[in-house]
Amino acid sequence: MNQVKCDCGHVNPHGTILCEACGKIIEDGTQITAEPVIDMRYEGSARRSQTYNKSIIDKVWNFFSSVKVGVWLIIVTLIASSLGTILPQEMYIPTIMPVAEYYEDQYGWFGRLYYDLGFHNLYSSWWYLLLIAAIGVSLVICSLDRVVPLYRALKKQRVIRHESFLQRQRIYGSTNDPVNDQSFELVKEQLKKKRYNIREDNGNILAEKGRFSRWGPYVNHVGLIIFLIGSMLRFVPGMYIDEILWVREGETKVIPETDGQYYLRNVDFKLEVYDKETDNEAFGDALDSAGMVAKNYQSDVILYKTKGNTVAGEEPELEEVDSTSIRVNEPLKFEKFALYQVNYKLDELSKMSFLLTNKSTGKTFGDITVNLNDPEKLYELDNGYSVQLMSYFPDFEFGEDGNPTTKSRVPNNPAFVFKMFSPEKPEGEVSFVAIQQTIEPLGNNEYKMAFNGIETKDVTGLTVRKDLTLWIIGLGGLIFMIGVVQGAYWNHRRIWIQRKGDEVWVAAHTNKNWFGLKKEIQLVLEGTEIKEPLDQLKENQVDEGEKD
Amino acid sequence: MITLSENLLYIAFVLYLLSIPFFGGAIKQKKNLDHQQNSSKWATIGIVISSLGFASQLGFFFTRWSIAGHAPVSNLFEFTTFFGMCLVGAFIIIYFIYKTPLLGLFTMPIALLVIAFASMFPTDISPLIPALQSDWLHIHVTTVALGEAILAVSFGAALIYLVKVIDQTKNSKSTTWLEVVMYGLIATLGFVIVVSAFSFADYKAEFNWVDKNENEAKVEYHLPALVGPNQGELLTEGKMEPLVSVPGIINAKKLNTVIWSFGAGILLYGLLRLVLRKRIGAALKPFTKNINLDLVDEISYRSVLIGFPVFTLGGLVFAMIWAQIAWTRFWGWDPKEVWALITWLFYAAFLHLRLSKGWHGEKSAWLAVIGFIIIMFNLVAVNLVIAGLHSYAGS
Ligand code: HEM
Repeated sequence: MNQVKCDCGHVNPHGTILCEACGKIIEDGTQITAEPVIDMRYEGSARRSQTYNKSIIDKVWNFFSSVKVGVWLIIVTLIASSLGTILPQEMYIPTIMPVAEYYEDQYGWFGRLYYDLGFHNLYSSWWYLLLIAAIGVSLVICSLDRVVPLYRALKKQRVIRHESFLQRQRIYGSTNDPVNDQSFELVKEQLKKKRYNIREDNGNILAEKGRFSRWGPYVNHVGLIIFLIGSMLRFVPGMYIDEILWVREGETKVIPETDGQYYLRNVDFKLEVYDKETDNEAFGDALDSAGMVAKNYQSDVILYKTKGNTVAGEEPELEEVDSTSIRVNEPLKFEKFALYQVNYKLDELSKMSFLLTNKSTGKTFGDITVNLNDPEKLYELDNGYSVQLMSYFPDFEFGEDGNPTTKSRVPNNPAFVFKMFSPEKPEGEVSFVAIQQTIEPLGNNEYKMAFNGIETKDVTGLTVRKDLTLWIIGLGGLIFMIGVVQGAYWNHRRIWIQRKGDEVWVAAHTNKNWFGLKKEIQLVLEGTEIKEPLDQLKENQVDEGEKD
Repeated sequence: MITLSENLLYIAFVLYLLSIPFFGGAIKQKKNLDHQQNSSKWATIGIVISSLGFASQLGFFFTRWSIAGHAPVSNLFEFTTFFGMCLVGAFIIIYFIYKTPLLGLFTMPIALLVIAFASMFPTDISPLIPALQSDWLHIHVTTVALGEAILAVSFGAALIYLVKVIDQTKNSKSTTWLEVVMYGLIATLGFVIVVSAFSFADYKAEFNWVDKNENEAKVEYHLPALVGPNQGELLTEGKMEPLVSVPGIINAKKLNTVIWSFGAGILLYGLLRLVLRKRIGAALKPFTKNINLDLVDEISYRSVLIGFPVFTLGGLVFAMIWAQIAWTRFWGWDPKEVWALITWLFYAAFLHLRLSKGWHGEKSAWLAVIGFIIIMFNLVAVNLVIAGLHSYAGS
C-alpha cells in the first residue's frame, strides 16, 4: 500500500484527503472540491470504503458502510414494523378456531390476504429477521470503516494548520490590525473558562473540547450490536426457558426444566376486585362505569428443593426453601428462574362425593368422595358395602365410535363408571354417572350413586422463565444509552487561533450546533482586537452531504 | 379535593391561553429576536404567565396524585394532560436558553390543543389494575411523556422554520403540505369544539345494533349519528337517524366522531381562509419576520438531540424493564411497543440524515413534523383504534 507524504512531513495512509497532521488537502487528483468549505466529515481521513472499490469484498463493504443504505434499511424496517400492527398478530388472537379461518372470519378478504402474506407472524418472518440482521451488519461495517481513521486523524492533529485548511473552514476570519500578546493571554483565559483544552505551538493556539463526544455514535452502535447478539442467543438451547405451570390449590408440582430439583406448592390463590365501600372513594365513578376491576391476582406458594439424590420413581424428600406470594409485577425468583403470575382458573372441580343409595327404600349406606385429580380404585364402606371405580373420564364426551372418552385430563366434566357391591348383590351392579345423567348399562339396578356435593379449587397459571440473555441485553442497552448521551449532550468543538505573517487567523469547527459555537467564539474574543470570524455558509441552505 | 385539583387544571388552561397574546405582542415589538439583550416586557409577561400556568398544572398533578394514591398517568386523560404539561415545561426551559418568544406563540397553542383534546376522555380517577401496580408505571410513563414533549418542541420550532422559509407567493407542494399540517391542528380543535358542544347540550342517542359476531348490543352516541352501527336501531326518541350504516367490524361510533371532527375542521379552516383571504401559512408568516432561521433550525435539532435519549430511556429501556417484570418478557410486539420502536427508528434515521447526509434546514424541519405526527399517531390512533395490552380504556 503506497502511503502519502504531506509537505509538512507527516506520512498519511493511502486514501487520505486532508493531511492528518496539518490539514492540507492531499492532491492525489481525486478529492479536491471546488467549494469554499472543505468537507470535514471524519477529518478527511482515509476510509476504506472511499478508497477501494475493486473486489467483491470491497463492494459489499462499501454497500454496508454507506449511511444512505443504513438509513434505507432503517426506513424499510420501520414501514415493515408498522404493517404488523394493522391486524393483531397471531399470538394475540384467541385460539377458538384455526388461525387462517380466524383472520378470514373476523376481517374478511383483507384478513385472508394478511394471513396469506404471512403478516400474522410478521416479526418472526425470515425477511423481517433478515432486515434486522442487515442493520446489524451495516452497524458493524460502517463503524469499523470510520472509527479507526477518525481516531488516527484526531490523535495526529497538530496545532499549526495549513492555510488552506483554516481558510476553508466554515467559520473563518482574519484580523489585519496588530494583536498584542495580552489579547492572546485574555483569549486563552476566556477559553479556559469555557473549559477548552488548549495546546500551543509557537504562539498559535488550538483550543479543543468535547472530543470524546465523537466516540458517542460508535459506543452506541457497539451497544446495539451487543443487544442484537443478546437477542439471538435466546435461540441457543438452555439460554431461554418459557413454560407454563398450572398448580391447583393444595397441590405440589415439580417445576419444569429444573431437573426435578424444585417443587412448588400452591397454598392459596386469590383474586381480589376493587370494592366501592372499602377502597379509595375517589375510584367510585370509575368503578360505576367500568363495573368490576381486578385489584390483585396472587398465589401464596411454598417453594421446595429436593434433598439429596432421589431414585427415579421414588417420592423425593422435599425441603422448604421459601414461602411467599407471587403477584403480577412481583415474580418469585430462585437461582436463574422466575415464576410469574400470568393466569388462573377459579373454581375448578376438585372433589365429588356420592351416597350409595337404595333406589326403592331411599336408604343410604355411606358416602364416598372421589378426588377428581387422583381417584382411588376402591372405596370400602361399612357393613359389607363397597364401591369400585371401574373407569373415570375427567373431561367426558362421547367419542366418534359412540363410546365415552375424555377430552383432557382436566376435570371439567367428570364422568364415572362405578361398580356397587352390596350384601344382596355380591357380583356388583354397574352404573355410569355423569353430571345430570345416569345410565345403567346392564339393566335396572337396585342401588344408585346419589350425587352429594362438590368441592372446588382455584388453579393458578404461572410462567416459568429462565433467560440467561438478560444481562447481555441489559449491558447492550446501558452501553447504547451511554453512547447516545455522549454523542447528543456534548459536542466536539475546535477553535484555531493562529498567526500567519502579520495577520491573526481564527477558524473553528464543530460537529453540530454551529449557533452555539458562534456564540461561544463571540464571548471568547470579547475585549480583544481579534475580529469575530464569519460563517462562510450563511443561512444553512447548503447541502453538505456525504458523497457515498 | 377533587374539585380543587380540577380547578387547578382549568386555571392552568386559562393561563396558557392568556400567555399567547403576550408572546405575539413580543414579536411585534422586537426587532432582533436572537439577541437576548432586548428581551421585551411583553415576552417577560408571557413567560411569567405560562410559568404560573405550569405551576398550577403541577398543582393539579400532585393533588390528583395524592387523591388517587398513584401518579395520575394511568389513563388517556391523565397521560395526555401530563404530556401537555411536559410540553409547556420543555418550552419554558428552551425559552431560558434561547430567549425566543416566537417559540411560545407556536408551542403554547399546541400544548393547549393537547390538553383540550385530553379533556374529551373520561376524567374519572381510575383504580390501577394489577399490571399497572408498579413504580415502573411512574418511571416509564413520565419519562416517555417528557421525551415526547421535548421532541414536540422540535415540531414547534420546525413549524416556525417552515412558515418563514416557504415561499407563499406561489402554489407549491410545500405550501400545500404546510396547509395540511395546519388543517390537522384545526381539525383537532374541531374535535374539541364539537364534542364539548354536544356534551354541553347533553346529547345522548342510544342504539341497538348487531356486532361482528352476530351478538346484539347497545351503544350510546354523544354526537348525532352521521354513521350508524351495523343494523342499528335508534332507541332514543327525537334524535337523528343515521345517514348511513357500516358493517360490524368497523367501530361506527369512533368513525362517526372522526367524521364530525374532520367536518368541523373543514368548516373552521374554510372560515379562517375566508376571513384571512390567504393561506394560514401565509397569514402566520409576518410573525416570523424577525426570527433567525439558523436559530430555529438549531432549536429544532437540539430538541431532537435532547429528546431522543430521553425517549429511548423511557419508551424503550424502562418499558422493557417493566415489561420483563409485569409480562414476563421485555418485548412482545404489542402495537404500542411496535409504534414506540417505529418512533425511535424514525428519529434515528432523522439524526443520521442530519449528521451524515447534511439534511439541514427545510428538510430537517419536515422530518421533525413527520416525527411529531408519528408520536401523535401512537398516542391517539394506537390507543383508540388498534387495541392492545397498553390501550387505556378510551371512549
Ligand atoms: C437502529 C439503528 C441505529 C441507531 C439507533 C443508530 C444511532 C445513532 C446515533 C444516535 C448516532 C449519533 C447521531 C448524532 O449524534 O446526531 C449515530 C451516528 C451514526 N450512525 Fe448510527 N444508528 C443506527 C444504525 C446505523 C446504521 C445501520 C449505520 C450504517 C450505515 C449507521 C451509521 C452511523 C454513522 C456513520 C454515524 C455518524 C458517526 C459520526 O459522524 O461520527 N448507524 N447512530
